[in-house]
Amino acid sequence: MSARTWARDLSLGARFAVTGGREGWVRTVLTAVGVGLGVALLLLTTALPSVIGKRHDRDDARTDFTFSSRKDIPRGEDTLVSAHVDTSYHDEEVRGRLLQPEGPEAPVPPGLHSLPKQGEMYVSPGLKKLLASKDGALLRERLPYRTAGTIGDSGLMGPRELAYYAYSDDIARHVGSDGRVARIKQYGDVGEAQDDEGLPPVLLLLILVIFVVLLMPVAVFIAAAVRFGGERRDRRLAALRLVGSDGGMTRRIAAGEALAGSVLGLVFGTGFFLLGRELVGSVDLFGISVFPSYLTPSPLLALLVALAVPAAAVLVTLFALRGVVIEPLGVVRTARPARRRLWWRLLLPVAGLAMLSPMIGKGNENGDFNEYLVVGGVLLLLVGVTALLPWIVETVVGRLDSGGVAWQLAVRRLQLSSGTAARMVNGIAVAVAGAIALQMLFTGVQDDFTQDTGRDPSRAQMEVDMTAPGKADLVAGKVEERFQRTKGVAAAVALSVDSVSERRKDPELSSDITVGTCASLREIADLPSCHDGDAFALPAPSDPGQGPGDEVDQLLKPGLQLYVDPSFSGSPKGAEVVWKVPDRLPVVKQRHDALQNEIWGLLVTPSAAPAAALPQMSGRVYVRLDHAVPDATEHVRNTAAALDPFSDAWTWVSEKTSDQYEAIRTGLFIGATCVLALIGASLLVSQLEQLRERKRLLSALVAFGTRRRTLSLSVLWQSAIPIALGLVLASVVGLTLGAVLQKMSQVPVQIYWGSVLSMTGVGAAVVLTVTVLSLPALLRLMRPEGLRTE
Amino acid sequence: MTPPSGSLLAAEELRKAYGPTMALDGAHFSIHPGEVVAVMGPSGSGKSTLLHCLAGIVPPDSGSITYNGAELATMSDAQRSALRRSEFGFVFQFGQLVPELTCVENVALPLRLNGTSRKEAERAALGWMQRLEVDDLSKKRPGEVSGGQGQRVAVARALVTGPRVLFADEPTGALDSLNGERVMELLTEAARSTNAAVVLVTHEARVAAYSDREIVVRDGKSRDMERAV
Amino acid sequence: MCTVLGMSIGHTLLGLLESGPRHGYDLKRAFDEKFGHDRPLHYGQVYSTMSRLLKNGLVEVDGIEAGGGPDRKRYAITEAGVTDVHQWLATPEKPEPYLQSVLYTKVVLALLTHRDAADILDTQRSEHLRMMRILTDRKRHGDLADQLICDHALFHLEADLRWLELTAARLDKLAQAVTR
Repeated sequence: MSARTWARDLSLGARFAVTGGREGWVRTVLTAVGVGLGVALLLLTTALPSVIGKRHDRDDARTDFTFSSRKDIPRGEDTLVSAHVDTSYHDEEVRGRLLQPEGPEAPVPPGLHSLPKQGEMYVSPGLKKLLASKDGALLRERLPYRTAGTIGDSGLMGPRELAYYAYSDDIARHVGSDGRVARIKQYGDVGEAQDDEGLPPVLLLLILVIFVVLLMPVAVFIAAAVRFGGERRDRRLAALRLVGSDGGMTRRIAAGEALAGSVLGLVFGTGFFLLGRELVGSVDLFGISVFPSYLTPSPLLALLVALAVPAAAVLVTLFALRGVVIEPLGVVRTARPARRRLWWRLLLPVAGLAMLSPMIGKGNENGDFNEYLVVGGVLLLLVGVTALLPWIVETVVGRLDSGGVAWQLAVRRLQLSSGTAARMVNGIAVAVAGAIALQMLFTGVQDDFTQDTGRDPSRAQMEVDMTAPGKADLVAGKVEERFQRTKGVAAAVALSVDSVSERRKDPELSSDITVGTCASLREIADLPSCHDGDAFALPAPSDPGQGPGDEVDQLLKPGLQLYVDPSFSGSPKGAEVVWKVPDRLPVVKQRHDALQNEIWGLLVTPSAAPAAALPQMSGRVYVRLDHAVPDATEHVRNTAAALDPFSDAWTWVSEKTSDQYEAIRTGLFIGATCVLALIGASLLVSQLEQLRERKRLLSALVAFGTRRRTLSLSVLWQSAIPIALGLVLASVVGLTLGAVLQKMSQVPVQIYWGSVLSMTGVGAAVVLTVTVLSLPALLRLMRPEGLRTE
Repeated sequence: MTPPSGSLLAAEELRKAYGPTMALDGAHFSIHPGEVVAVMGPSGSGKSTLLHCLAGIVPPDSGSITYNGAELATMSDAQRSALRRSEFGFVFQFGQLVPELTCVENVALPLRLNGTSRKEAERAALGWMQRLEVDDLSKKRPGEVSGGQGQRVAVARALVTGPRVLFADEPTGALDSLNGERVMELLTEAARSTNAAVVLVTHEARVAAYSDREIVVRDGKSRDMERAV
Repeated sequence: MCTVLGMSIGHTLLGLLESGPRHGYDLKRAFDEKFGHDRPLHYGQVYSTMSRLLKNGLVEVDGIEAGGGPDRKRYAITEAGVTDVHQWLATPEKPEPYLQSVLYTKVVLALLTHRDAADILDTQRSEHLRMMRILTDRKRHGDLADQLICDHALFHLEADLRWLELTAARLDKLAQAVTR
């Protein structure tokens, strides 16, 4: 067999694919769209490393300082003070930097041509849009700067990122005293890069499984797509045999047809990918947006896709024609195919489980998963679905018998070609099994990530932490007043906190001192009576492990001389304010529903407080919101930002759930639904083709009085039976895989019935939709015109 | 012309157009119980359309069709379907057997559509298959039997409900002479034995020779030869 | 056969006269042109046929030209003659092999005289079918020999019928050809 004959036959087949008239085109285009969608997904996958890498590079390039990399740099002509003033707005994060250049040589962050001047800021296009919109009104209040320009792409992680650089002349004095402010000489490449500690094992597991689960149905789908319209193709091949081509030649011609479809699919896929790439720029997922230019497939992987997809198409076609004898006068399926054997089909999932089992329980140790075993095991389990399904469909359908006419018609048809049915459903089954397993894993992991925050949202809904040394007016009710005047605030409680010790420098003992009005102090402790000028002792819990205990109690002595904000060698000097504990110091108890959980030490009213220390103290404001006011949270944040640009305002929740997991689960559900819809489309195509081929028969059936309902029902059963079987198998495999994955990540095994129900529901919806959509064609074909001889 | 009294199925002044072509342009027809009437005429003359109209498969544009005194035009589609299920039987040239059902299941199908239980329907089907000498094929699928055998299975299926009118559209069109004759012999014998009327559409004289009389359709118009002479 | 042919020559000549009175010589020419492709009519045959028709009152002498002789007579068709042609055309021939020439003559004459030629064919088919029904019935109840004999006849009759169908399908063309 020379290469030339191969080339000749393949190209002949390719010509058939595009010159077969309207029908031929439709078939080729369908194949191409199917393959194209798969290819686009594959290209996206190959581009992911580049996305992660490029985002990482951009982030590196604009890094000003990290908390661990801060060094003492002397002020100079080439220094810049940068302060982190990130905020959040409507649940979106805004990256904020205040910049104070200290000389003409001060570094300029990437994406900017020059540094902002007094009262100016540079904003990202995303933020610019937000500020200009009605939605951004409150954020405009918070950022009282004039927009001087936009940050270029090179300074952003993604096109939708919210970020700004604003000028400030008041931050240099915080260098050294506040961790969020530092003096820098350059952007990017800051000392020791963050340790590449790798992904946590559970996350790695998730990512690996997601890849396998999403790509498997794609592979199955591509395999099914190259066989669209198979029966019609077989007939054409028979015609070729009639004019004298031999068996091998017809097979090669068929392979050529599939090749043409898949090559066209590659073109479509590239188109879909490029289209999707442009769309990606306008999508913001989990607060992450990506520049289209990031989505560059790695050339090697793209080449692999370009070669593997057509090769797979040819192999699948040849494999499918294996059991088909193409005779000149029609296609004969080699009689009844040998009964499918069970043992090797069972072997696949069992082997998959065996590969996964050694890794059970490695999730939370630092022990790593063997990636190959994980991927191999999951792959084998899912491939096991595709191997088991034909056997199950054949066996079950072979036993179905009694029932109405519609049922009988459907069952008999399935018995005659259970393989075709199983092939169509395979993709659905794999997708559903994978989705169920993943959702179970997510649910488990998510439970792990749901934590008790120790906050009681019924007492306060927001907390504003301010570490603004130098603002004396933060106490004495002034702050409370400011917040209470804020729109949407029902009540505000302000406390100032610092530490006190027995020595000026390097003390051995330490306690907290909390300053607040009587009303404020009452929010944390039960006070018998209170007037301005009083002070109280709140002993630390004595249970070991619950608090500092004795250490604190030794300082709660009336008349004792203490130092507020002592200094420690190696750190910037503290305020070291001398203060004498008042003589009257009643011992009080913490309120059972105190605003703050772990609180002890000295509780002092403003008049009794060490006045000199007040400006040094950090403030904490607890806010009760009036939820009737829209955007109350944003109003509070604005007030906080106005009082202190470094303030940190956050909302209280009793349990902290990671929103991301919920979002990923939703995303996964949508993804699986899309895969199912895709498969539903191919199901519809083959259904319609089958109906068209039976035009005359349908008309004859109608002639002798068959009800439309009967035929419609039979069409429904015909897709419902295999899909029901597929979904049952998929649920079993999915639940098993899910349980194994949960065990692997040491999450208590629990079945998430919601996902089983939702996925099977979607599967059922696909069947119904396919049936409903094929009904118009069915009814049209059932018209008596079909009886007329052409 | 008024239909001769006592006719089972009669049609007057039928007109039916498919687009611009008049398939029927004033056709008449009548048949008595137990009578075999051949509908002859060249291809495209409208014979099949006449059969489809008579059987209530296609409603005519105008004209009347009465079965047993009842006007077909006043019946709903469902009623006409029911009529076809219970009173009429059909044999076509080809493409009428459901390929995935076995022969006996195919024959039993009309009975099952009428609600007969499967067991009973298949017993009756087997009886008819015996009469048409194809009972040995009962477990085979249509793809596994010859054309003549398949056509006999189709005849058995058409007769299984005990129809009063049997519509046969070129029933031997795909068969050779010998097989065609055998099918015609069995078909007419079976019809006569049940006193069923047969509307036999054919362009072959030797098939039409199994009829009692013929009508000729030309350009959508019919001629009843017996009454014309 | 000859009688059939002889009978049909009389009817044919009568039919030709329907379009108007002709001389014997004209009649021969017209006959030869339409029907006598390989066997032209003899004058004697025309003369004897016309005198028989004259005797039966189906034609009459319209006038005699100078010089006398039978071929100088001009004949015209009588009422009885028209009726006779009509009856002849409407009566189907007994289905027998080798009918073509008679049927062909009938069809052409019908076209020439603006009668419905399709009618003639339908009537003839009906007659054929009547015969075929008898043969088919005989075959059904007879032994193998009967069946084979009947089949032979049936196939010949079927061939006739096929020719009839074909002719019917081509009547329009034929009408153009003969009335040219």
